[in-house]
Amino acid sequence: MLRIILTGLVIFISFLLQTSVFSWLPTDVCPNLFIILTASCGFMAEERTGLLVGFTCGLLYDVFFGDIIGFHALLYMYIGFINGKFARVFYPEDIKLPLALITVSDLTYSLICYITQFLVRGRLDFTFYFLKVIFPEVICTLVATLVFYPIILRWNEWLRDRERRSEQKFV
Amino acid sequence: MSPIVKRKGRKFSVPDKYVLFALTICCSAMMLLTFGTSIFDKPFNNIVGYVMVPFERGIGEAGAWIAGRSEELVQIRSLLEENEALKEQVALLTEENTLLQQDKYELNKLRQLFELDEQYESYNKVGARIILRDSGNWYSSFIIDKGSDDGLREDMNVIAEGGLVGRLSNVGPNWSKVTAIISDNANVSGMTLATEDNLIVSGNLQSMSEGVILFSQLVDSKEAVQVGDKIVTSNISDKFLPGILIGYIMTIEPDNNNLTKSGTLIPAVDFEHLSEVLVITDQKQTVEEE
Repeated sequence: MLRIILTGLVIFISFLLQTSVFSWLPTDVCPNLFIILTASCGFMAEERTGLLVGFTCGLLYDVFFGDIIGFHALLYMYIGFINGKFARVFYPEDIKLPLALITVSDLTYSLICYITQFLVRGRLDFTFYFLKVIFPEVICTLVATLVFYPIILRWNEWLRDRERRSEQKFV
Repeated sequence: MSPIVKRKGRKFSVPDKYVLFALTICCSAMMLLTFGTSIFDKPFNNIVGYVMVPFERGIGEAGAWIAGRSEELVQIRSLLEENEALKEQVALLTEENTLLQQDKYELNKLRQLFELDEQYESYNKVGARIILRDSGNWYSSFIIDKGSDDGLREDMNVIAEGGLVGRLSNVGPNWSKVTAIISDNANVSGMTLATEDNLIVSGNLQSMSEGVILFSQLVDSKEAVQVGDKIVTSNISDKFLPGILIGYIMTIEPDNNNLTKSGTLIPAVDFEHLSEVLVITDQKQTVEEE
């Protein structure tokens, strides 16, 4: 229960950060905090958490900014689910795997966004969109991961410890 | 403890695959439904409006304040130099201003004579503050802090700094989403002010990185349209009120078909540094089709 409430709160905070604080960044593009959160929740907990967090993040984005509701929810959900598959090979001490997973996730997300929303409308200049939007976004997200990943990791471990302790109390 | 009691404590859980499957169907259904209709808009907008907007408002203001402060620090040095230059300019302009005021007085009298009323001023407007921007990097849209409770409706026009910003594409109780005209999925029917030739202004991510937007389908058989001409919203647009300034023509080229022309224009509004906008509460008169 505590986990659900806290996760909701974290999604809420990251949405606030993403939409109001990041838009004041001096760079043209902003990092994708939702991808970081969804992917991290995926490989830190398991598929279930990943897909639910992704679904919530995506839905929140859709309601505010999406043209059709459900598109980003679907996309983020699958990203969370697939990242959840890596929970078995995830070790908290190793930052290489999370970095790689988040980068690949963001890259996939951006590519799908480009294909479904731009390519089908005849915007064919892929190199431009890649260099102007996708690549900077991935780099930005990568940098943001270095900042936010330790926070999410610590939060997750704290939550797990707490759950374990309360379980022991009952047994 | 006996195994039976333990089993009681364990929760029944659905496999993840089924959850994923169920939510996928749920998402697809929502996508299909919202593609054509807007049933979900109202409940979602209401919930989100009451939960998120108060927080957004606070953070937006704080963020703007911090960004403003940091910018101030950077600019102080250049401001000092600018101040000197501006003081000289003020002296010049004051002189010019007195002359112009005399002209204006005359103009007003003449206007009254012709009973001409500036159309812009006659529209009813409501001021609103931008509280958040699209977090994705693909489109240009933002949320303002007024909604249907303040009398706003979908498709109302949004202006700032005397130029067209966009229109309301989604309205919640205390927030509305503005789709900017520079957004890649936005098209505006416009016309040249001088010759009243119609054209289509389309937002484009690719050209916006160079600070311009595209226009096309300009029929200009008399070759009268020139670089620097004003482009305003057209009379025949069904969403935009006529005569709102969109921007100025920067380049103009004939199309391959030799009938129409296209080119680029510089928008009148500085979209990067918007913080307040005006929403025109008058809406374009529409004709019911029977």
